[in-house]
Amino acid sequence: MVDKIIIENLSLQYSDGTESLRDVSMGIRQNAVTVLFGPAGGGKSTLLRCLNRLNDLTEVRASSGRILIDGENILDPKTDVIALRRKVGMVFARPVPLPMSIRENIIYGLELAGEKRKSKLDEAVERSLKLSAIWDEVKDRLDDPAIALSGGQQQRVCLARVIALQPEVILLDEPTSGLDPISTGKVEAALLELKKEYTVILVPHSIQQAARTADYAAFFLTGGLIEYGEGKTLFTIPKQKKTEDYIMGRFG
Amino acid sequence: MFARNRHTVQRLGFTAITMMAVFTVIPIVGTIIFILFKGGSAISWEFLSGFPHDGMRAGGILPAIIGTLYLTVGTAVFSVPLGIAAAIYLAEYASDNRLTRLIRLAIINLAGIPSVVYGLFGLGLFVLFLKFGTSILAASLTLSIMTLPVIISTAEESLRSVPQAFRTVSISLGATRWQTIRRIILKEALPGILTGVILGLERAAGETAPILFTGAAFFLPRLPGSPFDATMALPYHLFVISTQVPEMPIQIQYGTALVLLVFVLTMNIIATVIRSRARARRQW
Repeated sequence: MVDKIIIENLSLQYSDGTESLRDVSMGIRQNAVTVLFGPAGGGKSTLLRCLNRLNDLTEVRASSGRILIDGENILDPKTDVIALRRKVGMVFARPVPLPMSIRENIIYGLELAGEKRKSKLDEAVERSLKLSAIWDEVKDRLDDPAIALSGGQQQRVCLARVIALQPEVILLDEPTSGLDPISTGKVEAALLELKKEYTVILVPHSIQQAARTADYAAFFLTGGLIEYGEGKTLFTIPKQKKTEDYIMGRFG
Repeated sequence: MFARNRHTVQRLGFTAITMMAVFTVIPIVGTIIFILFKGGSAISWEFLSGFPHDGMRAGGILPAIIGTLYLTVGTAVFSVPLGIAAAIYLAEYASDNRLTRLIRLAIINLAGIPSVVYGLFGLGLFVLFLKFGTSILAASLTLSIMTLPVIISTAEESLRSVPQAFRTVSISLGATRWQTIRRIILKEALPGILTGVILGLERAAGETAPILFTGAAFFLPRLPGSPFDATMALPYHLFVISTQVPEMPIQIQYGTALVLLVFVLTMNIIATVIRSRARARRQW
């Protein structure tokens, strides 16, 4: 196993002084699900948004350190952020279908990337919807507005929209927080399928989900990385007292 | 006893508010009925398609109708692209700095300037300094400046009302800011922008003072042939035949007012239809 992403001494603070990261260093494995968990305000989402430079849209007061993806520092100002975001896709907590049909949602990113051939686009639609375990539910109504789907279906379409771009890394920020258990199960099953091809980084919406899905798990508390290791070990015999307390539900 | 009293007070207050709401309807309905009643008999095919004659005391008002159309289109040509561009800048690109605050202050003040002052400004800048003469071009430019604040503020408002999440998602899928604006934001904001544009143009179509010194003609025996010609226009024509022409038949005055009213109300209705249709179709 190789580290797809290496984070070195990353520190970050928003200009309003809220959620920040403090000297975080970690390596993230390829073809595995890495879970970032911990109480709210710990810096998990901030870290995710650093990985595809979505933080560029927010006011950031200070950042230092490096994030290497395939050996290249993506925090370098010269980085092609458009190419980076195609390579590092993101699924958000609330499903946000763009105001267009299901098919148009899926091919939106591809068209922007310059893909015009209908055969390629159709292929991408089918492949990504299948990988997201939603193909059978929507294949007969691809031209319906995506907003007409249920929340769980919307979220899987949003996942498919990311997969269609054939990224290398997929970031998921509490992707099941608004979903019922059945939809959640489907999304989690899709993740297991996805990690065969992609590097998956997940902020789970519960500690149980963290334990279910994690190959590797990182515990964050108030902007600092407290403990990081294999999921199996970390959730059964945590090394740090704080990790144990959080897993046992003593705080949070 | 006490409870019943409170009930009565509530009902009284309710009735008072309802009556006040009804009062706002009276002026508009009253005006329409009054003008329709007084001017309806003047409306005929000759009135709409003929030139005025006998010192404007007879004949039609075609040159004024066409003139107002030209001025409205001319105003749109300048104010719509500029207004929408400014709105996009303010809503999507501008950060909160001195320049932005200055621009906003300018827009607010632009909206507060009396229309006759625009007329004088247009006379000084477009007619005399830039030597456009008393022309459709000078009048359209003057009306454009007056219309801009309406277009900018409604367009900015509708751009801002498009959910922020669409922008984040689009950017995260590898779109640039401009691609996001062009493919999603503008499309979603378009009905609101159109409504603002129509309301702004409607005001321009009905104004007299800004065109008084810049493009309006008292009487022209033919239709204007180029943007550098002066033109007759409905509001100015109405002003002229109501104040400058002795022994003017009253139904021609009210007939002219009726045509102007229908012109403006039609634009208003179109704006309302666009808005309500878009609201029904909106996916957020």
